[in-house]
Amino acid sequence: MAVKQRLKTIERNPNERNKDFNEVNLGYTQELAIEEAKRCLQCPNPTCVQGCPVGIDIPGFIKKIAEKDFEGSYKVLKKYNSLPAICGRVCPQEIQCEGSCVLNKVGQPISIGALERFIADWAINNNIEEDIIPEKRINKKIAIIGAGPAGLTTASELSKAGFSVDMYEVFHDVGGVLIYGIPEFRLPKSIVKKEAQLLKKLGVNIFTNIPVGLAIHPKELLEKYDAIFIGVGAGTPKFMDIEGTELNGVYSANEFLTRINLMKAYKFPQSDTPVKIGEKIVVIGGGNTAMDAARSALRLGANVTIVYRRSENEMPARKEEIKHAKEEGVKFQTLTQPVRYIGDENGNLIGIECIKMELGEPDESGRRKPIPIPNSNFIIEASVAIEAIGTNPNKLLLSQFDGLELNKWGYIKADEFGRTSIEKVFAGGDIVTGSATVILAMGAGKKAASVIKQALY
Amino acid sequence: MKNKILEKRKLAYGVHEFWIENPIVSKNAKAGQFVIFRLYENGERIPLTISAVNKDSFRVIVKAIGKSTYELCRLNKGDFILDVVGPLGMPSEVKYYGNALVIGGGVGIAAITPIVKELIKEKNNVDVILGGRSKEYIILENEFKNANNLYIVTDDGSLGEKAYPHQFMEKMIQEKNYDIIWAIGPSKMMKACSEVAKKHDIKIWVSLNSIMVDGTGMCGGCRVRIGNKLKYTCVDGPEFDGRLVDWESFEKRLNQYRKEEKIALSKYLQEVGEPTWL
Ligand SMILES: Cc1cc2nc3c(=O)[nH]c(=O)nc-3n(C[C@H](O)[C@H](O)[C@H](O)COP(=O)(O)OP(=O)(O)OC[C@H]3O[C@@H](n4cnc5c(N)ncnc54)[C@H](O)[C@@H]3O)c2cc1C
Ligand SMILES: Cc1cc2nc3c(=O)[nH]c(=O)nc-3n(C[C@H](O)[C@H](O)[C@H](O)COP(=O)(O)OP(=O)(O)OC[C@H]3O[C@@H](n4cnc5c(N)ncnc54)[C@H](O)[C@@H]3O)c2cc1C
Ligand code: SF4
Ligand code: SF4
Ligand code: FES
Repeated sequence: MAVKQRLKTIERNPNERNKDFNEVNLGYTQELAIEEAKRCLQCPNPTCVQGCPVGIDIPGFIKKIAEKDFEGSYKVLKKYNSLPAICGRVCPQEIQCEGSCVLNKVGQPISIGALERFIADWAINNNIEEDIIPEKRINKKIAIIGAGPAGLTTASELSKAGFSVDMYEVFHDVGGVLIYGIPEFRLPKSIVKKEAQLLKKLGVNIFTNIPVGLAIHPKELLEKYDAIFIGVGAGTPKFMDIEGTELNGVYSANEFLTRINLMKAYKFPQSDTPVKIGEKIVVIGGGNTAMDAARSALRLGANVTIVYRRSENEMPARKEEIKHAKEEGVKFQTLTQPVRYIGDENGNLIGIECIKMELGEPDESGRRKPIPIPNSNFIIEASVAIEAIGTNPNKLLLSQFDGLELNKWGYIKADEFGRTSIEKVFAGGDIVTGSATVILAMGAGKKAASVIKQALY
Repeated sequence: MKNKILEKRKLAYGVHEFWIENPIVSKNAKAGQFVIFRLYENGERIPLTISAVNKDSFRVIVKAIGKSTYELCRLNKGDFILDVVGPLGMPSEVKYYGNALVIGGGVGIAAITPIVKELIKEKNNVDVILGGRSKEYIILENEFKNANNLYIVTDDGSLGEKAYPHQFMEKMIQEKNYDIIWAIGPSKMMKACSEVAKKHDIKIWVSLNSIMVDGTGMCGGCRVRIGNKLKYTCVDGPEFDGRLVDWESFEKRLNQYRKEEKIALSKYLQEVGEPTWL
């Protein structure tokens, strides 16, 4: 059977886009979207749906696109996913919905993410909003801690159900990683702002600048609210902790990206927060965070190399992001592990001593274990190094929460529905799973909202 | 949360006291904790120690040293601070120790006021040393009346004894047994005091003013090496045992953005002219 090739979205030219922070992928035009939607087989038992953590009726919303009923399509989407403009852009579709599409067997899967984004953007541009009046008002109060995707979803679900919802966020803006981590060129901040406005319209009270734990004690929340949802994210960066980690110019990806995204360091001195750039930047790691840091650094004019201890095959980053990074000019140095940072007399980074690696037997993660090759040390010149090697749970709140059980990695112990060891207290997103994805955090928020509804209705 | 400036007072050249209305901070703040200000969109996040609280408001004392603090000091009674986050950081470990020696240098004096107050409440015998470059920089002197003894030292001898705080501290340790010491001020002072404390084997708390971004443990930019362990000043501190701090790398990290700070300040001064308000 001849299956048509999937239609490509419009991407900006790599040599143009690597100089600014505007969005790289421009998505589908109306015509392209309809064409692509028509490729969908409308399977009676759609495998794609099983691949989506929130179980969107994928054939349903795609069918409406093929029929040019964009508003109808949007309604289908919104029933399952309150943040489609975001998920359409940042979900790892190749291992989720698209990875499970039957067309993989005979050709290329449907571009589900791009279609989802198309509809969400269309709705934004045409000011389509859902009916947001809750059926009834319920005289119960809910506190949401943390305004990342998990918290935002829970807040929106519960507010729509008629609860009175107070959301607390320590930053001056809501969005969590969506605003301080994922760069503008992958996810424009205006989209996150839009979602925040929608929440306000729903009647959610948003309190920013509140470090829960220190500014409000958990005890106080337990007294004041009928249920509490914790969605504070994974949040604290790990360092390899090799010699020289204190040197100036050594950053965690979180710090580097926060300075650029949240604090707008790319506009310095028009904005007040600086960030070090220099000529040569090395990014350490192979995940999405490493790609985001590398591509951000590139846009600030640096010569950027990614150093990773395994080979490209083992990189956890999305293939598409690796491709984008390469197109834009990021260099890759794989099978290489930093062992020491080298500084000058002022404490500024000037180089990184690395050792070459080879791959041995598979380890617990199933990936082949990198083993250092003796006496293969060499030095890479660099004035900035960015470590993107993962995160630990943020203790700001957890250290104050007596009686809240944690697992052996220090994340909150919660069941599938977000129930924790304390009655009335629910949790979801990265603070339960460790660093995961936007859609999983949203899914967790949705599930918690459903049990909170059941318990309090 | 309006963050209105209720009172503003000049204490010395470039040193200003602010009372800010914010019931959440004032209700929860403990000695040793800090807040982070942001003055406007695209503004920097500025960490400042909470120096006192009174009903619905709290006090900070700010020394103008760069663009953001120049701008802050330009604000007046009735103005608002866009963002105030706090309280942040671990509170000081205040309890009954016995004899306590508390040293404040420069704007560090603002930071020791709540600690001294709490130590006295816990029935400690508290001796206080205030240090400054000259007479003008000895601030808040009358807030230490309840201390057992109050000593003043200046670099130029214009008030009190002519000495550096650590020199005076050494002399006092020889005369009296201290169970605990606090030293808060410029890093050079805290480092020198920590060396003296180490020599005499007395625990000393210092408050590190690392460069911060979020103040919530999310970025790792405020990291310091404390006895071979990496710690984040904003959530593990800001107070640490001064004997264990790796002062060399701490001081170098404070100079990370020297070049950028100069650019920002000179651009600002070009825009506004002489900073007559300081
Ligand atoms: C650079 C980067 C790129 C990524 N790219 C992708 C991608 O392409 N696709 C994808 O699916 N996932 C991606 N992820 C992962 C994804 O962003 C996270 O899995 C997701 O954001 C987790 O959501 P959350 O709501 O659990 O937590 P977060 O997004 O971390 O939000 C938690 C919020 O809680 C706030 N908070 C913390 N403590 C407190 C407190 N005590 N009081 C008040 N507020 C508090 C925080 O400030 C934050 O706003 C990426 C992550 C990073 C870092
Ligand atoms: C926990 C803590 C408590 C503090 N308490 C006080 C206080 O009570 N009163 C007071 O006057 N100052 C205090 N500071 C220092 C104050 O935050 C800085 O002076 C201020 O941020 C400098 O900003 P600037 O733009 O004016 O100066 P810049 O020109 O940017 O920098 C001048 C100096 O300030 C330091 N600095 C710059 N940016 C930051 C930053 N984001 N965080 C911390 N330090 C920075 C640098 O080391 C530099 O040497 C405190 C700092 C910390 C971390
Ligand atoms: S939410 Fe994510 S996984 Fe689900 S259909 Fe949309 S893009 Fe695919
Ligand atoms: S599995 Fe693929 S072809 Fe089938 S309904 Fe889903 S998207 Fe369409
Ligand atoms: S300021 Fe970011 S971790 Fe401390």
